[in-house]
Amino acid sequence: MIPPAFDYVAPTTLAEAVAALREAGEDAKILAGGQSLIPVLRLRLAFPTVLVDLGRVDELRGVSEDAGTIVIGAMTRHSEVLEDPLIQQHAGLLVEATATVADPAVRHRGTFGGALAHADPAGDLAAVALALDAELVAEGPGGRRTIRASEFFVDYLETALSPDEILAAVRIPKLEGSWGYRYEKFSRVAQAWAIVGVAAAVRKEGGAIAEARIGLTNMGSTPVRATPVESALVGASDLAAVQAAAASAADGTSPPSDLSGQADYRAHLARVLTGRAVAAAAGMSS
Amino acid sequence: MRVRMKVDGVTYEDEVEPRTLLTHHLRDGLGRVGTPVGCDTSNCGSCTVLVDGDSVKSCSLLAVQADGAEVTTIQGLADGEWHPVQKAFQEHHGLQCGYCTPGMILAAVDLLKRNPDPSEDEVRHGLEGNLCRCTGYQNIVKSVLSAASEMRGQGPLPGSFQDAPDAAEPAIAGASS
Repeated sequence: MIPPAFDYVAPTTLAEAVAALREAGEDAKILAGGQSLIPVLRLRLAFPTVLVDLGRVDELRGVSEDAGTIVIGAMTRHSEVLEDPLIQQHAGLLVEATATVADPAVRHRGTFGGALAHADPAGDLAAVALALDAELVAEGPGGRRTIRASEFFVDYLETALSPDEILAAVRIPKLEGSWGYRYEKFSRVAQAWAIVGVAAAVRKEGGAIAEARIGLTNMGSTPVRATPVESALVGASDLAAVQAAAASAADGTSPPSDLSGQADYRAHLARVLTGRAVAAAAGMSS
Repeated sequence: MRVRMKVDGVTYEDEVEPRTLLTHHLRDGLGRVGTPVGCDTSNCGSCTVLVDGDSVKSCSLLAVQADGAEVTTIQGLADGEWHPVQKAFQEHHGLQCGYCTPGMILAAVDLLKRNPDPSEDEVRHGLEGNLCRCTGYQNIVKSVLSAASEMRGQGPLPGSFQDAPDAAEPAIAGASS
């Protein structure tokens, strides 16, 4: 279908973009990579009056280092994340999850920041941002502020960004020490959304797990941290202990029921995939 | 809005509505109808084109986003003679109805640019966003592997037609001899 009519502006700096968004009013939409928004427009599920396209704001694109943190511009494309040496070295979990997003053509246009700001709980990258304790940098008329990932995802497709704010960058602390990671995604067919996904990062000390971070995809109206598993994993040194800890992966979650699976099936998947992800991250064969 | 883009080597400048999808601009605006519209939901990949060298689903991009870009469609791929990927699709029967073929070939061109020597598995993953309802993918994968071999200078893989036994006119039931 043909999208509904809208006005279009393509600023070239972040300051211009913030001003354009403010001027466009509350029915404006930000266009990042467009790989979710344009299908939504085509299906006429949204009727924005103005699209503010960030595609020509070069300062929002690229990856840099700031002491112990990697700073990823919000408009950095998935295909660029996959090939970036800094991200490969310090946030391998993000590379692994990004490689499972949609397909190569979508990854050429879709952006890391766009995926997070869209806040679809079935999207793969939000669980990673949570697990890696990312911070999201928002720019608005009042200036710049930083939001922790744990406070960013508010509800289904809803974030802590106010309507006049633009997500500018994502800051991911480098993992220090001996970390392993794995993103386990379960879907029925190629290029499909995750029915459930598990992002796990695990630090080992002397053969046992000393610290674990686990983010769950599609186990609620927002991505969630599996905190009961994280604490139960501390001290685990064999597969049996990992499996025992993974049994609480669905505790406290409210997974959706839809065509891809019922809530109890998702809870089962979360337990199984958490066991697999942690075992792989910790280098324990299952 | 004024939009200027180079499509298959020719520069066009046109007035387009912001809501015009790249695929509609190519087909209806510029008459480049070699790019089919398949699912119209970003799933099938038949409308895949190259925008500044990257494979993109042209139903998921506004024409205004491609302002200033260089676009290659299936119609611009041959350069005097067929592109090796096109040739390989013919040799290996990589198509049946042909609807997915323009997108499939452009996705394959992009894949081989990044990975000139892919494994079979890498070809299958590299074509993940392109659906074919006829072939079962087997011959498409063979075509891409053959094109890869030819583009690396190692010659194409033996084609399906060359594989057929020489003497064998297949017996057709009910045909008079």
